[in-house]
Amino acid sequence: MLTVIIIMCAGIALGFLIRNRKRWVRLADRLTMWAIYLLLFLLGVAIGTNEVIVKNLPALGFKALLISLGGVLGSVLVAWLAYRLWFAPKKSDHEG
Amino acid sequence: MRGSLIILSFFAAGVVLGLLQFIPDILVHNDFSHWALYLLMFLVGIGIGADPNSLKALAEFNFKILVVPLVTVVGTTLGVSGVYLLLSDVNFYDILAVGYGFGYYSLSSIFITELRGEELGVVALLANVMREVITLLAAPIFAVLFGKIAPIASGGATSMDTTLPIISKASGKEYAMVSLFHGIVLTVLVPFLVTLVLNGF
Repeated sequence: MLTVIIIMCAGIALGFLIRNRKRWVRLADRLTMWAIYLLLFLLGVAIGTNEVIVKNLPALGFKALLISLGGVLGSVLVAWLAYRLWFAPKKSDHEG
Repeated sequence: MRGSLIILSFFAAGVVLGLLQFIPDILVHNDFSHWALYLLMFLVGIGIGADPNSLKALAEFNFKILVVPLVTVVGTTLGVSGVYLLLSDVNFYDILAVGYGFGYYSLSSIFITELRGEELGVVALLANVMREVITLLAAPIFAVLFGKIAPIASGGATSMDTTLPIISKASGKEYAMVSLFHGIVLTVLVPFLVTLVLNGF
């Protein structure tokens, strides 16, 4: 997976170099979408042909729901704390 | 939203064709996804490097803006730890890796599939799609209940694109740059954190 990160960094460098060539950037954008479509399609095929996963789909979906709710709730609670500490307009500005 | 629907229909088409066994053998027996992933990461990198906003957001570097991605990482870690306590039969690092997709379902599900197999890959896909959908639906409520950075933290990596419009509506336009910066940082972090959690510990 380190390979993947090196490849991404190479992409960032190349993207920076070609940032003014709008046609190339648009082409990269469009190719990105198609690469995502292709990968998700292949993931779908891998899942559809895997009987163990097909049988367990409802259980996997429930687990996924719990993980996403946990991630969202944890994030908004810490965000609430950070907002009160650093972002919210100071109460004293409104008083007096 | 339309983009997500297209992506999901490609996924659904793959599932249906796989179920019907209506797939050329060459696709089933060869692992093209590895090469497609390399291509995708290269292209994602180009997109980040070429986007003037991603660099502008970094130039507006200050302490506060830097705190927001950290909030999301810490909050997600705590929340997923809570889920781990509820579900005793799961591997903590597995579900933490799913949480560290931060809503970036296409990339995280592909990564996790490569590292841990299709089963956890499906959980990652579903959980991260749900994170995006929850944010789209609940951003205005989160802004009222938990303050203006809550919708951003909830959106995770999607706060730079798909959920950015609803976030800037819920939290105000002055938070749009914060949201963009936050999304970019998390997008870059996803491959690092997922790999670290699944390989490093």
